[in-house]
Amino acid sequence: MEILVCARRVPDTSENEISLNAAGNDIERDELVYSVNEADNYAVEEALQIRDRVGGNVTVATIGGEDDEEILRRELAMGANQAVLISDDAFSGSDGKGVATILKDFVRKGRYDLILTGVQADDGAAQVGGMLAAMLDYPFASLVNSIALEDGKLKVSREIEGGNREINEIDLPCVLSIQTGINEPRYVGMRGIRQVASAPIPTLGASDLGVDQGAVGEAAARVKRVDYFVPALSKGAEMLDGSREENADKVLELVAAKGGLK
Amino acid sequence: MVVAAVRRLVFKPARYAVPAKYGKSHTPDAVFLLGLIAILMVADSMFSASNATRHLQQNQPVETLAVFSLPWMLKAAIGAMPLATLWALNVGAYLVHELTFYFLLCYRPFGIQFHVETSLFSVYFAKLERGTLKPVRWGVPDESLDQVKSFGVKTFEDFTWKHMLDFYSCADCGRCADNCPANAVGRPLSPRFITIKARDYAFQHYPVLGKAHNHKPLIGNIYSEDEIWSCTTCGACEEECPLLVEYIDKIVDLRRGMIDDGNVPQSLQKPLKALESRGNPYGKMEKKRGDWAKAIPPGSQPTNAVKLLDGKSGADTLYFVDSITSYDDRMQAIGRATARILECLGKNFGILGATEKDSGHEVRRFGEEMLFMALRDHNTEVIKAAGVQRIVTADPHAYNALKHDYKDVPPVEHIVQVVAREVRDGNVRFNPVEDKDRVYAYHDPCYLGRHNQVYDDPRDVLDSIPGLTRVEMQRSRDRSFCCGGGGLMLFYEPKEDQRMGMLRVRMAAEAGANVIVTACPFCMVNIEDAIKVAGMEGKMSVMDLTELVDRHLVREGTEKTEKLEAATCGG
Amino acid sequence: MTRIFAYIVHRGGIVDDSAAELFAAARKIDASGLPTAIVTGCGADLDAACNSLTSSFREIWKVSHEALTYPNAELVRQALVNILPANSILLVSHDHFGIDLSPGLSIKLGSSFVSDVLAIDGLEGDSLKLGRQEFGGQVSTHVHCDISSGAVINVRPGAFKPEQSAPITGLVVDKSSTVGALTARRRYLETIVAEAGDVDITKHTVLVSIGRGIQEKENVSLAEELAEALGAAVSCSRPVVDAKWMEKSRQVGSSGKTVKPKVYLACGISGAFQHLAGVKGNPFLIAINKNPKAPIFQVADVGIVDDVLEFLPELTNKVREMRGVAAK
Repeated sequence: MEILVCARRVPDTSENEISLNAAGNDIERDELVYSVNEADNYAVEEALQIRDRVGGNVTVATIGGEDDEEILRRELAMGANQAVLISDDAFSGSDGKGVATILKDFVRKGRYDLILTGVQADDGAAQVGGMLAAMLDYPFASLVNSIALEDGKLKVSREIEGGNREINEIDLPCVLSIQTGINEPRYVGMRGIRQVASAPIPTLGASDLGVDQGAVGEAAARVKRVDYFVPALSKGAEMLDGSREENADKVLELVAAKGGLK
Repeated sequence: MVVAAVRRLVFKPARYAVPAKYGKSHTPDAVFLLGLIAILMVADSMFSASNATRHLQQNQPVETLAVFSLPWMLKAAIGAMPLATLWALNVGAYLVHELTFYFLLCYRPFGIQFHVETSLFSVYFAKLERGTLKPVRWGVPDESLDQVKSFGVKTFEDFTWKHMLDFYSCADCGRCADNCPANAVGRPLSPRFITIKARDYAFQHYPVLGKAHNHKPLIGNIYSEDEIWSCTTCGACEEECPLLVEYIDKIVDLRRGMIDDGNVPQSLQKPLKALESRGNPYGKMEKKRGDWAKAIPPGSQPTNAVKLLDGKSGADTLYFVDSITSYDDRMQAIGRATARILECLGKNFGILGATEKDSGHEVRRFGEEMLFMALRDHNTEVIKAAGVQRIVTADPHAYNALKHDYKDVPPVEHIVQVVAREVRDGNVRFNPVEDKDRVYAYHDPCYLGRHNQVYDDPRDVLDSIPGLTRVEMQRSRDRSFCCGGGGLMLFYEPKEDQRMGMLRVRMAAEAGANVIVTACPFCMVNIEDAIKVAGMEGKMSVMDLTELVDRHLVREGTEKTEKLEAATCGG
Repeated sequence: MTRIFAYIVHRGGIVDDSAAELFAAARKIDASGLPTAIVTGCGADLDAACNSLTSSFREIWKVSHEALTYPNAELVRQALVNILPANSILLVSHDHFGIDLSPGLSIKLGSSFVSDVLAIDGLEGDSLKLGRQEFGGQVSTHVHCDISSGAVINVRPGAFKPEQSAPITGLVVDKSSTVGALTARRRYLETIVAEAGDVDITKHTVLVSIGRGIQEKENVSLAEELAEALGAAVSCSRPVVDAKWMEKSRQVGSSGKTVKPKVYLACGISGAFQHLAGVKGNPFLIAINKNPKAPIFQVADVGIVDDVLEFLPELTNKVREMRGVAAK
């Protein structure tokens, strides 16, 4: 099976507070460390596991610049067969639809049975996979937390409310957005990355892919992020600033007052 | 003989038992060998007795038989037999003895007794350097590691010849398992069976007749992932082994193999990735690494704040802090106490701050050699650039790394060694302890004690504090019981029945102590947690030796120490 | 004025809570008008769902088709493409169905798409001013969306408070004839219901809910002790389940249970919306978190900046003390 995984490089923000840059038009990125988007990494692992079961190739693609090659190397070290960097100045400022358009043209250059994306990236939009599927006219399923291959069709499970799972049968080729926790991604050590340090990573631009430049980039974006801001702190919560003991007393009093003690 | 048989068959010491998960019991083999030895003894005795009786009956000179020995008793029993029978007995006993003897010689390599022969060699070739790890591949320098196709041990054949020799040399006595903290808390690891399972594997897959079938992965077949990650590398097994069998190197080699295959639990991947990108397992920002030093209240030090070493500072001593002391809110108190002690001792010292990265001690022991090398090379470079003559640390793991895993860095000492020397030289004095009800027990951190033999310095320091009552736990010094493991072990979630720290806290309570003093931030984390989990808050507390020293140091012209410490260390 | 629609999800004829929220969101775009509801399904359930909306929506478009009995996003998308007038605005709840449906729908409609919207600042010409969050809620953004060729807007569950408005008598309009042919290449097979756990967290009035801040499995006992003292149950956020520290049945959130307690103690929970989506019924929310910038403090009634590992035992002691006194 030929599998494409669309991955993205994002700042690792889980352990560190994010602040805004001086201009207020972006977050302060100088001190941040980047890595592959968590859900995308699960998608790559899932692709590798499917390939190892049924054969084929795993290609990882990302849209970005030179810096983004780093995550492609990591995914190559994980075991992807090839990686492609999709890069062009014309792509910058694309909205979700623009990104999906670029990927659509990339997919049409190749032949893929299965396309995986992470369910969402740092912007929390969860949109590119569904858009890409619609543009390609492939069936789509989001929030996928298990995949089984049966007679040329996939049986996928989606994570729905209440911890329940929705089981669907889906024809190939298709696009799936992968939820975290679907598998246990393998570890990529320094050694693995060094071993693929010289692996070629082709770079494709707008003309290579035949992307309609009027459909991508900032000018074509119909959804624009105007600014970043940190919401005013604790407009809701009344902050208790007594000693630990005083706070505990207060909490107990409040719990009792709200009918929480029987 | 009889005693051994009774021990094997009647008393059955618990450590001889083989849990079903580790394979079959070796008792039949042991009993068979005992039987052979018994036959040898009886035959030899009968040979001597019949000989002696024959000579007696023929009035020839008779060699004296030791009174109450087996031949002596047999001689009394067969004294009246006719000469011909005695001849037959004599020749028969001779043949039985010879046949049994040669059978035993041929049989030994296939049974547990082979260790008598192989241990001669394995002890001769044993590793003598404590605290060190074997390289990824003997004879391959770091620069050439990229050319090595596969790292670590993945199949039996990947073990070194010395490690294979170890497998045959194990006497199966079970002392390692008795002392293994992982085994004690029900983690799926017993060092004894690391050896026994490998030996069984070798016998099964390399038969005398037929083809050797080999190169099966060890993990998933004879070892489990959890088993290999369960080891804290505390070294208790190696300390106890009478035949000097090595375990840590094998565990680390197996981990190197798993890391190379990407087979790493998710709980360890996150800190490893953070170590790679940020130089600490928490993923905290580099620029905040030295922030703990800013929290030293002004005035607590006679002179100025902790220097950042940049090569021009003029300081001759580097305080290597390492990650946990730099970033963990509670452990930062150890950093501050250490800095104040160094200041009080008049040392011209500084820290690396944001340029320091994790020492990589646990990174290496968890098998991620390349990441360790990157951390080591970075630290080596910044340490050299700092232009210091010596390094001091309060973290035994950093101490062990800098001492054994790093090359070309200035000599390193743990802070207790520095303080102990100053105490011996009469340069420092301590105020008497205030609370006479406190009974202190010193817990030996594995990487200060067993791996580096620093047992007396911390005890000397404690004993030089006037009025301090100190007791020893039953398991102390080289038999100290691991707190639960440091570094990446804090992130790993082993399957276990209870925490090592819980056992350790109970041991301290049994010894009559109500304060556990240690000299390692990881011991502190584990023991502090264990006290909470055991519900022993208020009855037991834990503190670092640096905190105790800092609190009792007599400083010239300052009586405020107590108050300041109370403000920064929380008590 | 562009016509505004709200796609209403129902289960067995019971309309989802998000219906009133989508209504409120639509009013933020156009305070003068009322949105039109679109409900898909089949049979008596569909009728029941449509009828329950008539007191708030002026018009309810009923879309009946046997294939739509189960809301398969691919089929719903085909139906909506055929039914929706050009350049309209469609509001959808940003839940597992909205995530499945809307991005692809926007492409097929040729309209703009904005995901996970939690504030609407109004319409200026063709530009719809919206508020979103990024980086797990740590940073907010203003987003401008061009609606000249319509838009699909996914609205975060719980972000818009339902309005209190006088009941009206809406009209159910049957649009089933315009659905057209529906063919699916993705077929719904079944729903596997999560195993019920030992404790039903949806039945408790007080929940001690723990998140990543609990740090390790052993510390779960700190919350359990507090819960025992309070007579409460312990629930948790997704990372705790992912780490296998607690059963899935204890998870609160969009991929876990929906709970309606009176008091919710969020201990070491950062406050991702996926988690808060599972906290309904406007409980009294007390948040304890080490990070003063944790988003949970935005929504909590009372906040304490402290380490839960230290604070929980203290609180447990206080409860026990009080119980001890009361017992005498």
